[in-house]
Amino acid sequence: MQAGNEECPVMAMAGSDIERLIKEAFPGAQVIVVDLAGDGDHFAARVTSESFKGKSRVQQHKMVYDALQGQMGGALHALALETIIPK
Amino acid sequence: MASSTSDRINDLISRNDVFLFMKGVPAAPQCGFSAAVVQILTKVGVPFESIDVLSDPFIREGIKEFSSWPTIPQLYVKGEFIGGCDIVREMFQAGELTALLADKGIVAAAS
Repeated sequence: MQAGNEECPVMAMAGSDIERLIKEAFPGAQVIVVDLAGDGDHFAARVTSESFKGKSRVQQHKMVYDALQGQMGGALHALALETIIPK
Repeated sequence: MASSTSDRINDLISRNDVFLFMKGVPAAPQCGFSAAVVQILTKVGVPFESIDVLSDPFIREGIKEFSSWPTIPQLYVKGEFIGGCDIVREMFQAGELTALLADKGIVAAAS
């Protein structure tokens, strides 16, 4: 079994880290991160970016997961994600 | 991922029109995200099969590699990865999930 599965997080992530990683990967994106439970473990993020244009929902979410550099499913246990293409 | 795990995953998603990799079982989900997808599928009224990844560590890790998707639950329709909880919920709310199932010729029991 791989190390770092969601059952044994090394450490929780700060909401500011999530926001920074996403903003670095999506320049000019609007990023809102909310710590849902106040426990540093359950977040919601809304990312609005032009770079989602022409991508399927699965592709859009994968782009954000990639930006989080493997933390999703690891240190970051729960991230409810919404991706939006600006109008 | 061992080829046997990959074969098992392929078998599960090809033998079942609607298949859910989840934590727990539909009657007793062990995670809020899995519970949400079960609830949506129940509302849509489509029959589905599932596997409890908590009871099978090989499937649990293998499915993430299989789909390049880092989390569970994962919903498959006719062998195709549809999404996790957020996407399934968005599609349901937009009426796209019902449309997708109809497109694929899968009939819901109730509406």
